[in-house]
Amino acid sequence: MPMQASEIETLIRDAFPDAEVVIEDLRGDGDHYACRVVSSAFTGKSRVQQHQLVYKALGGRMGGELHALALQTSAPTTN
Amino acid sequence: MLDDTTKERIEQDIASEDVVLYMKGTPVFPQCGFSAAVVGVLTHLGVPFRGINVLDDMAIREGIKAFSDWPTIPQLYVKGEFVGGCDIIREMYETGELTEMMQTRGIDAKPAA
Repeated sequence: MPMQASEIETLIRDAFPDAEVVIEDLRGDGDHYACRVVSSAFTGKSRVQQHQLVYKALGGRMGGELHALALQTSAPTTN
Repeated sequence: MLDDTTKERIEQDIASEDVVLYMKGTPVFPQCGFSAAVVGVLTHLGVPFRGINVLDDMAIREGIKAFSDWPTIPQLYVKGEFVGGCDIIREMYETGELTEMMQTRGIDAKPAA
């Protein structure tokens, strides 16, 4: 069941208001996305914990209606 | 979705080998591109691992998601510790962190090519 990129983005932005979110529809089929999220919420967290936060923001859709979301997360780099 | 029997089985399985991969299909015949990608990485590093085919067992397939608090398969365990899914493994492989992490845990791994 396809999910719109805008829907994914809204869910992530709701959870991480400061986030920089870039979503790419890899095949144009609404089913295979790549998503990069940069947020201060990830500071000091392991990659596993960062991804778990995003999965939580997606409210259980990951692995269900959202089949493939390649995720890349990081905390903002301080310059 | 995690009964005591399944939890015990998972605890035994992740302790059974240094590197354990929960995957769809088998290391020789992965049945999902994401599982195949992680098998490819481990093979590349020359790390022996045990593959557990979640398609063979619905209780494990759902149980491991609850156990790790992680919604997707594959899932990699090293020395009983959850390391991540396909994206994290790929990223750690590319940065060389995966080799380093294996080596600090006493597992012989080749550097990423």
